[in-house]
Amino acid sequence: MTDMATTPQVPKAKDMDKRTLVARRIAAELRDGYYVNLGIGLPTLVANYVPKGIDVVFQSENGMLGIGEFPVEGTEDPDLINAGKETITEIPGTVYFSSADSFAMIRGGKVDLTVLGAMEVDEHGNLANWMIPGKVVKGMGGAMDLVAGAKRVIIAMEHTTKEGKPKILKRCSLPLTGAKIVDTIVTEMAFIRVTPEGLLLEEAAPGLTAADVQKVTEPTLIVSQRLKTMQG
Amino acid sequence: MNKVFPNAEDAIHDVQDGATILVGGFGLCGIPENLIRATVAKGIRNLTTVSNNAGVDDFGLGLLLRNGQIRKHIGSYVGENKTLERMVLAGELELELNPQGTLAERIRAGGAGIPAFFTPTGVGTLIAEKKEERVFDGRKYIMERGLRAEFAFIKAWKGDKWGNLVFRKTARNFNPVMATAAECTIVEVEQLVEVGQLGPDEVHTPGVYVKRIFQGKDYEKRIEKRTTRKAQG
Repeated sequence: MTDMATTPQVPKAKDMDKRTLVARRIAAELRDGYYVNLGIGLPTLVANYVPKGIDVVFQSENGMLGIGEFPVEGTEDPDLINAGKETITEIPGTVYFSSADSFAMIRGGKVDLTVLGAMEVDEHGNLANWMIPGKVVKGMGGAMDLVAGAKRVIIAMEHTTKEGKPKILKRCSLPLTGAKIVDTIVTEMAFIRVTPEGLLLEEAAPGLTAADVQKVTEPTLIVSQRLKTMQG
Repeated sequence: MNKVFPNAEDAIHDVQDGATILVGGFGLCGIPENLIRATVAKGIRNLTTVSNNAGVDDFGLGLLLRNGQIRKHIGSYVGENKTLERMVLAGELELELNPQGTLAERIRAGGAGIPAFFTPTGVGTLIAEKKEERVFDGRKYIMERGLRAEFAFIKAWKGDKWGNLVFRKTARNFNPVMATAAECTIVEVEQLVEVGQLGPDEVHTPGVYVKRIFQGKDYEKRIEKRTTRKAQG
């Protein structure tokens, strides 16, 4: 998990379905033995859909591997929180370490996958998710280290802004969190891979065509010849 | 060897106006509550604090901010503190944001005698501006400086009278690394024990880093975001 400038919002029922679809699709990318760091908000939901029969260990950058569920009411421990400052629990196999060790493993490429939210992503794989000029700056937390160090960066976000404007752009307009570091973008509309040739649309959500996705995406998408329906 | 002090007030007797202080903790977890309280009471000003966060408005470093005692803060995320936002906008506080891993590594390097290092974090972002960039093995890195301070305020769970420390769960966070990077590391503990009572293999921070230690009291250990689930029936 990571501190970020975006505040998770309480989702409406329809939004919840969208978020569930994104979380479930990303969870399908998990593999046995993965060490994974999930950002705050939508990315956190991925932990709810780990495929049966595989072991995935979640990392919290404040110094923990093996994040458990929220504690049962009345058993909260102030010494045990995740990077979102929420009370959590241990699981068998949990370990603790310092912030320096935590980022050594992140920067050192030991984290297989990080899932983060975004304000903007572009066709070069640039990510902006920490700062809006003119607004109060909260800080990047661990996001810049995560995108620089994790083996794979998946962006989990809604396809457009609340006003319906594209968040997937030709070039990010906001200050970057990382340059050319995004591998995959998953939204409620599409599963898109960042390639040297551009954005490759591999899957569209049920009921949507490639043209529907393109309509709300700024750069021209390369449509996979094996375009599939996104499975939630 | 006598590192034991009776209380926080005595342990910070020589911390003066303008001091730079590393303050352990992540959010409100593992923060040196007694040392912060004593610093508020002492009223010293123009402090530079280095801490991942800046507390909340009425707890942790927020108490020092609210009192106007901090001139500059170096951290990675300060979103939980509205006083800080207001002060930065009003020009009353200088704020330096570092990526969290860069902050941790700057402190580690400072403590380990390394004046600078190259990291991939922040390449191609605002963080890289005015920093030396070099390519190693085909990848770009930026140079960051090691970070040291006059004082470190550390919170440990247990410590012995020689300053050997044990931390508890995620309250460890920045504490062990900050303990290495100050001229004078001051530690408050929940349990101060006799030398020999901590297993040699169990110690997280060897006492060589610690100058002063005292038994903390009246811990509030406030929870920032209480998240729970219902017990299963």
